[in-house]
Amino acid sequence: MKFLSEYRDPALATSLVSRIRALSTRPWTLMEVCGGQTHTIVKQGILDVLGDSVEMIHGPGCPVCVTPLEQIDRALHLASRPEVIFTSFGDMLRVPGSDCDLFQVRAQGGEVRVVYSPLDALELARANPDREVVFFAVGFETTAPANAMAVWQARELGIKNFSVLVSHVTVPPAMTAILESSDNRVQGFLAAGHVCTVMGWSEYEPIADRYQVPIVVTGFEPVDILEGIWMAVKQLEEGRAQVENQYARSVRRDGNRQARDIVSQVFQLVDRQWRGIGEIPMSGLGLRDEFAAWDAEQKFDLHGIRATEPAECRAGDVLRGRIKPIECAEFGTTCTPENPLGAPMVSSEGACAAYWSYARYRGGDGGGEEFAEQSTETRS
Amino acid sequence: MCLGIPGQVVEMYGAEGLPMGIVDFGGVRREVCLAYVADEVEVGNYAIVHVGFAISLVDEDEALRTYEALKELDQLDELEWMSEIGSGRPPGVVSDSAELADRVGDGSP
Amino acid sequence: MSGPNGANGPDAGSLASVGLRCPVPTGEGDRVLLGHGSGGKLSAALIRDRFLPRFSNPALAVLGDGAEVVLGTERMAISTDTFVVSPLEFPGGDIGLLAVHGTLNDVAMMGAEPVCLSTGFVLEEGLSLTLLDRVLQSMADAARQAGVPIVTGDTKVVERGKADGMFINTTGVGRLRADFRPAPDQACPGDVVIVSGPIGRHGIAVMAVREGLGFEVDVESDTAHLGPLVESLRAACGPHVRALRDPTRGGVASALNEIAAASGVAISLDGGAIPVPVAVAAACEVLGLDPLYVANEGVLIAIVAAEAKDSAIRALRAHPTGAESIQIGEVKDRPAGMVTLRTGLGGSRVVDMLPGDQLPRIC
Repeated sequence: MKFLSEYRDPALATSLVSRIRALSTRPWTLMEVCGGQTHTIVKQGILDVLGDSVEMIHGPGCPVCVTPLEQIDRALHLASRPEVIFTSFGDMLRVPGSDCDLFQVRAQGGEVRVVYSPLDALELARANPDREVVFFAVGFETTAPANAMAVWQARELGIKNFSVLVSHVTVPPAMTAILESSDNRVQGFLAAGHVCTVMGWSEYEPIADRYQVPIVVTGFEPVDILEGIWMAVKQLEEGRAQVENQYARSVRRDGNRQARDIVSQVFQLVDRQWRGIGEIPMSGLGLRDEFAAWDAEQKFDLHGIRATEPAECRAGDVLRGRIKPIECAEFGTTCTPENPLGAPMVSSEGACAAYWSYARYRGGDGGGEEFAEQSTETRS
Repeated sequence: MCLGIPGQVVEMYGAEGLPMGIVDFGGVRREVCLAYVADEVEVGNYAIVHVGFAISLVDEDEALRTYEALKELDQLDELEWMSEIGSGRPPGVVSDSAELADRVGDGSP
Repeated sequence: MSGPNGANGPDAGSLASVGLRCPVPTGEGDRVLLGHGSGGKLSAALIRDRFLPRFSNPALAVLGDGAEVVLGTERMAISTDTFVVSPLEFPGGDIGLLAVHGTLNDVAMMGAEPVCLSTGFVLEEGLSLTLLDRVLQSMADAARQAGVPIVTGDTKVVERGKADGMFINTTGVGRLRADFRPAPDQACPGDVVIVSGPIGRHGIAVMAVREGLGFEVDVESDTAHLGPLVESLRAACGPHVRALRDPTRGGVASALNEIAAASGVAISLDGGAIPVPVAVAAACEVLGLDPLYVANEGVLIAIVAAEAKDSAIRALRAHPTGAESIQIGEVKDRPAGMVTLRTGLGGSRVVDMLPGDQLPRIC
């Protein structure tokens, strides 16, 4: 596929790995923000080949993972209502709420449908005027323009039986929260390429400056990630702390102005709970008052739904990069993809799920034996 | 939040007041909303598509430039290693088979 | 730390107290879930925990594609499968074709020569009779082409809304050969893993039409009768064929995991060798799916002793259905029960069994 396959070229990737290793005079610790980047890093074995030059800490870039338990419970409640057709991206279906997940609600008779695009949910509302269609609008800034357009169109076309349950979060406040914490080890960031395609990178300049960390806007294919890492390491070796753009084929400094425009007309910044992390002020998006008629939280009575996070799940520590999934005592023992304690294990983009699926550091005694089969061949 | 895939705009039209199009992703086609690239988009352009919306047009010149730069680095490296090490193989390469979804053609070995 | 789960319903208030075990895990609960039918871990658990204990007998315990039954001096193979695909007709075939090919293939994977088929139908009130005719014709044509008669059957009709158009069960009976007994627990370190053609076609062809995801793909189901292909393989190197599997639900990944687990071996795949048609790869990219988990209906996996590798591939390629056969990996001894894949970077990843269905993702 054009503009995709080239960035999987193993020869290019390998030469970048060698360059990174040759360049680093000491080990560096970087964080990739986005779950899709985590996915590639673990799935492609990039963790294996980087060796000791670079440690990648996985950031909270999985909007599924950071959706608060309460919001999941609200979704489950809505999905169980007989008049509701509950629609969602596939990612959300297996995330556990306090009691069950959307799959189980479906088994009990709730109508739950996976959609590819928010516009499909809107179309469902149009085709089913006697039902209430609710769309679970989850995501980072990348998805906000699409979700905004669905709400915008609902208003334009006068579609009243459509509403969205919003759980949008934004990246810069999360990065700042990580940098502010006393045990932060992150020395540089790979910023999320598609978030920045929409938002541009100007918001990251003050962060790079204030905390003196290089930030490289990076794509998602192995060559992109490795080039991003290389650029970050180069900055660190040279003592620079700037925002650079690896993903230049998609990202411009101003991002996508039309998209940001619609987003700011439909949404506003609000305080948001990040599951496992806590509340980060002004880190989320909520619908503006003029769109209240399409806000599921206003349309349906959801106030009684409160939830407490379970004690054992260390999702927060994983999401903040404090521990690797394998360092959690529950990993692979009480917490597995079939029996997930928290979202990072069940979400396809979650760090725990990625480690389980691809890196399989598991064992019956918790923490487990490291699976290091072929990977040892590539370490120098 | 991530899954944005590049595809080629092969058709454009309007629907319900929104600029829409058909995008071809290596043979898979889907209707995509072009509202966010409406100013610049033309049939034949490549766009990055996320959940049924084009969020950017691929800057083909930029893509070519950086790709060539990387290839040059790669060739440079290979020459350096070959002269230093005296073998044809850069260190760290265990297998030079292409990654799974990278195979083109109709599956011929 | 664990304790009783006390929460009672999706709109309950907060969890009663600290120290409760976490959210009810996916897979526990008192209902059948869609994931139980996906061919992954939930399916395996359902069978292991609920069916096996009640039906227990040695023939069943093998849990192959079918069972071996002794009739006097003859060893027979019997296999059954139920087809619930929706939509009933899709690019490259229909439910009838799947029903005949699928069961013939299960019989073939046991190394048996098919003798006859039976078929049972559950028809939904309101189903178009013209559609029914087309499906029946497909089945008749496929059975005739295979030289296997449909000797008995049954039909029931249920009310509108209770059967998704139609469900079809087929059961196949075959004659086992003494000298050709592939089985999932016979893979040995050193064996090679061969796939008979490009993967992912059936699942993508159906998903594109079914899910309402609105994609158009130039992909057709690969549904085919694999019996003749297996016969070629047997003639060329029968004694060296350790295991055969047709990777249907759950894809190549699930089938290989089952073999690795049953044989107590590791399977190591070469990522670059796995054949995926461009259109399938593209569809998987767009939906965030992994081709290794996508269903196939006209492909087989053969685990063959290393010394027979070349003759096996030659025999398979001589056949139109196996023209693109290729070695995709090898069997090792450790880590036992695990399937791994070497990436283009020289890194390694595990190819796990999925808990349930693969879902399109956005992240």
